[in-house]
Amino acid sequence: MSSDRVIVVATGTANTASVMAALGRLGEKPRISEDPADVEKARALILPGVGTFGAAMAKLEADGMVEPLRARLESGRPTLAICLGMQILCSNSDENPEAQGLGIVNSRITRFGDEVRVPQFGWNSMKADAGCRFLTEGYAYFANSYRLESAPGGWSAAMAGYGGPFVAAMEKGMILACQFHPELSGRWGLELIERWLGAVGGESC
Amino acid sequence: MLTVRIIPCLDVRDGRVVKGIKFQGLRDAGSPPELAAAYEEQGADEVCMLDVSATPAGRATRLDWVREVRRNLAIPLTVGGGVGSVDDGRALLEAGADKVGINTAAVKNPLLLTEMAERFGAQCTVIAIDAAAGEGGSWEVVTLSGKNRTGIDAVKWAVEAVNRGAGEILLTSWDRDGTKSGYDLELLRAISSAVNVPIIASGGAANPMHMVEAVNAGADAVLAASIFHYGEYTVAGLKQELKQNGIEVRQ
Repeated sequence: MSSDRVIVVATGTANTASVMAALGRLGEKPRISEDPADVEKARALILPGVGTFGAAMAKLEADGMVEPLRARLESGRPTLAICLGMQILCSNSDENPEAQGLGIVNSRITRFGDEVRVPQFGWNSMKADAGCRFLTEGYAYFANSYRLESAPGGWSAAMAGYGGPFVAAMEKGMILACQFHPELSGRWGLELIERWLGAVGGESC
Repeated sequence: MLTVRIIPCLDVRDGRVVKGIKFQGLRDAGSPPELAAAYEEQGADEVCMLDVSATPAGRATRLDWVREVRRNLAIPLTVGGGVGSVDDGRALLEAGADKVGINTAAVKNPLLLTEMAERFGAQCTVIAIDAAAGEGGSWEVVTLSGKNRTGIDAVKWAVEAVNRGAGEILLTSWDRDGTKSGYDLELLRAISSAVNVPIIASGGAANPMHMVEAVNAGADAVLAASIFHYGEYTVAGLKQELKQNGIEVRQ
């Protein structure tokens, strides 16, 4: 299997070890890259994210990744965005109001309210829209202080609640964006990644 | 709905899991990757590993066992023990930890918490507080595995640590650790009403009712070691009892 099949974007602040370990357990040989050319050629691209909205965007800009990522996402090529990776698909965030996201989704990311403990750490349950191809009902592991409050038009979503509803994950064609960490969500999370990779399987470069 | 986390804790010395009473009289309880995987299978929500190596030689192997644990673990992993710098934290995150627990070094140099949170985010930065009961309903921070009493008020320290960027508190009652007499509920109430980040209760758990009490006192997660290592409870069995007592758990 080509080592270029699955590329994990180096977002700088992210600890990618858990993502790499999960992909390894699924029999993949992923490669971490900060080369914009890989964003274009990867069959499956994974955009992980830990850290802050502004720092992640600054790193992608410094690496020349922003335009290739936008092009890939706008053409609907297989991309899995995780945690902060999902948030940077949006226009902007309370976390760093001056920073511009990728803007694939015209929404703002907001902070959880003071009525709940922040960050949200732990396993939360979600319900998936009937239109979801990959997402299902289940428990997943979250570690986030910010969230997308409602599903954008054109996307199918799985919703969870923490001081009000928020988007646990959303999908549109082969783009799957998870606020939770599928790589840390036990067997349920691995099966989600496996379903998505399985759908990538037959598609050529 | 967000569920209460059950976190088995593995104290690791020189690459082996050990557990004793108040960190003394350590007994061998197994290998880190085997135990971590077994706890995931039982339904653990997260695994915590604390490096209690006595020597630099024992500590030098730490990144190897973190990598080995990560390879087969599909749930979150927190690693602490002897984390003294941002570089130590980075190395642990790169080896496969999802969160890094900082204790003694943060008391000596609180700026370390700020630096960790700025570099890696609050969600990777856990302040581990060992607290011992003091005079008049207060608690004192102890460090260096209890050898050093700092004179610092534990509630004030918790507030400062959170203000500096810690995203979670691993709160161990030094008086209760390993005693099986239940978590220090007054300590939990005091800290949980002073801060708004999640709190992991640690030290003293012997049965499910201790965990129910801790959750009712403000804990978001409960950590235990010996009751799991010596087979007194499985994580699944314990969750069943918590559920019967009205606590939301992932099953």
